[in-house]
Amino acid sequence: MSSTLRTFSLGGVHPPGRKAPAAGLAIEVLPAPAEYVVPLLQHCGAPAMPLVKKGEAVAEGQCIGAVEKGLGASVHSPCTGKVTGLTRTPNPFLGLVPAVAIEPDPEAAPFAPLPTDWEAMEACDILGRIKAAGVVGMGGAGFPTHIKLCPPPGLTVDTFIANGVECESYLAADHRLMLERTADVVQGVRILRKVLGVERALIGVEANKPDAIAALLAAVEAAGEGGRISVEPLAVKYPQGSEKQLISALTGRNVPAGGLPAHVGCVVQNVGTCVAVYEAVALGRPCYERVVTVAGAGVARPANLLCRVGTSVQNLVDHLGGVRDEAVKCVLGGPMMGLAVQNLDYRVTKATSGVLLLTADETETGGFGPCIRCGRCLDACPMGLEPRDISIYAERGRFADTARFGLWDCFECGSCAYVCPAKRPLVQFIRASKLRLRCRG
Amino acid sequence: MDLTQLAWTGLAVFGALGLLAGVALALAAVRCRVEVNPKIEAVKHALMGANCGGCAYPGCEAYAEALVNDPAVPPDLCRPGGPEVALAVARITGKELGSAQPIMAVRRCVKDEGQVAAELAYSGIPTCLAASLAHGGPDACRYACIGLGDCVASCPFGAMHLEGGMVRIDPEACTGCGNCVRACPKAILELVPRAARVLTHCSSRDKGKEVTSVCQAGCIACGMCVKKCPANAISMEAGRIKIDHDACLAHGPACEEVCAESCPRSILRRTGQAAPPAKAPQPAAEAQQTQEA
Repeated sequence: MSSTLRTFSLGGVHPPGRKAPAAGLAIEVLPAPAEYVVPLLQHCGAPAMPLVKKGEAVAEGQCIGAVEKGLGASVHSPCTGKVTGLTRTPNPFLGLVPAVAIEPDPEAAPFAPLPTDWEAMEACDILGRIKAAGVVGMGGAGFPTHIKLCPPPGLTVDTFIANGVECESYLAADHRLMLERTADVVQGVRILRKVLGVERALIGVEANKPDAIAALLAAVEAAGEGGRISVEPLAVKYPQGSEKQLISALTGRNVPAGGLPAHVGCVVQNVGTCVAVYEAVALGRPCYERVVTVAGAGVARPANLLCRVGTSVQNLVDHLGGVRDEAVKCVLGGPMMGLAVQNLDYRVTKATSGVLLLTADETETGGFGPCIRCGRCLDACPMGLEPRDISIYAERGRFADTARFGLWDCFECGSCAYVCPAKRPLVQFIRASKLRLRCRG
Repeated sequence: MDLTQLAWTGLAVFGALGLLAGVALALAAVRCRVEVNPKIEAVKHALMGANCGGCAYPGCEAYAEALVNDPAVPPDLCRPGGPEVALAVARITGKELGSAQPIMAVRRCVKDEGQVAAELAYSGIPTCLAASLAHGGPDACRYACIGLGDCVASCPFGAMHLEGGMVRIDPEACTGCGNCVRACPKAILELVPRAARVLTHCSSRDKGKEVTSVCQAGCIACGMCVKKCPANAISMEAGRIKIDHDACLAHGPACEEVCAESCPRSILRRTGQAAPPAKAPQPAAEAQQTQEA
């Protein structure tokens, strides 16, 4: 790795990448399952209100759930078929969330795209299309894209950043998108640049994806955007895919505590989101499909699957030959920020970036010891916080005291817990403290 | 200078210093005197001195001060003290004694009776708060007692202990201070009047079908008790039963606890009523996957 490559300044860790073999596998289309259960909460904010009733016929791409006001995004049907009921489905973070069960009609014609000349459209009309298509952050957070594209009044944005970092181990969904749908990524960047009314666009990619960097450079040239969209190779370091860290790495600007990227003139969108925006705006296709990396030594065959929201994780795994006996843990998302789940009865959402089936060799279980004050978590924290003090206070039940060590600035990347030699679950202590302080007010 | 002379000199010097300091302190005590209402001291002595915080003041002294200085503060907030202390405090402060009854904490979960299965093998931070972050807790029921004892650690009176993966409350030792209610991340502990006639033993907010799929004992929210109660003391609040014990006690025993009689799951019971006889165990539950969160 070249030492001249840029990265963010504070903290960070280097977990083993384990990107092979998924990174070398072309995106594979998952055959349609027998049933979809589409969660009405696939985004930050309130669940969408269902717009369909049991027994109703739905068309592929039809809006089946909408959020009237506040934070949220519309949900669309992944198939043509019949609504078999309004039900609930587990969500790894929120328990049971409302969902719409749909039985697909195998005879139905596939979605017919409506190509549109977006360059002739006004920025606000493009934004309306993005909102109507229910596009959310595809990197994992699921933040509604149309809200992120409207910075609070008074803030000026001068830089758009496309996030192709994919710093979590195992995951390769974004990598494959950048390789196989390079032109769409670049078109998405152009559309988003127009919505924001900015000239400068950067695509940040870590240097462990040289093929993606080369492909993007060629596609930018082909689109005649050389010089206006710049592809930036970055040194490999976790958590560079976090907004604030990526902005620091690419522009040297530091987002103030509690601030938004727009406070330093930036808006960041994942490359997967760029593709979803391209599909929504240029093809009129709502957001109901995404690439999911299925990896880990516990799955019979790793793959990058193009699947539709509402597909059961069990379907994905079964398609790949099932779970191997050695698997001990299933994680939705990346190994650092994803959440372990107790069964495969979860549904793919717009924000599901990966399904990891891990063996005992790949996981860490067992107890933890007392803090030895080595300070490694202080060095690892990309936000410059003090996880060790938070954990000590939280362990003694003094939750109110944890706030002064930066509790609310933590975005739970897990670097502290990763480096702790005493195996202290530092980020879990932080999450528990946040829960307690939120509940007590 | 011989030793005797040295001793006398020392005695004289330190004696004089002591006298000086004594006079200075006596003067300071008169000049800088802070008026303290003697009632505060008296009230403080009347309180239990456990500093449990059940009155919502930071310790007994703070409550005593508030009692004397603020006429709006009621005299019956000392949970461990109960009616006797309330009476003593009311006498000292000359306040009206309200009709507050002694209260106690009860657990609204019978996951042992309901044979709720553990769904995941939790191996993280051993507190209920941290375990509740992983899918709401390790049990199949999201409202079940996690059993890692956050409440036990918070109880200043040793009235709680863990047994069989659940908390047990000793009603004799419980003073109703409410620390456990605040510590429980699942909100399954509740303060009720000791005289309460009926209690419900489930906290679930799920629909009946979801409850029966994970628990053989839980409340299915059928609303039978709500319909039957002649005092309108039972209501459904955010998906679970709420009993207005004041209204229930005011109505009195004429209804013969028709709510408990009519409960098809026997989860709403007369206070002190034993659990119904256990049903035959279900046919082999499917093997649970054990995974860490």
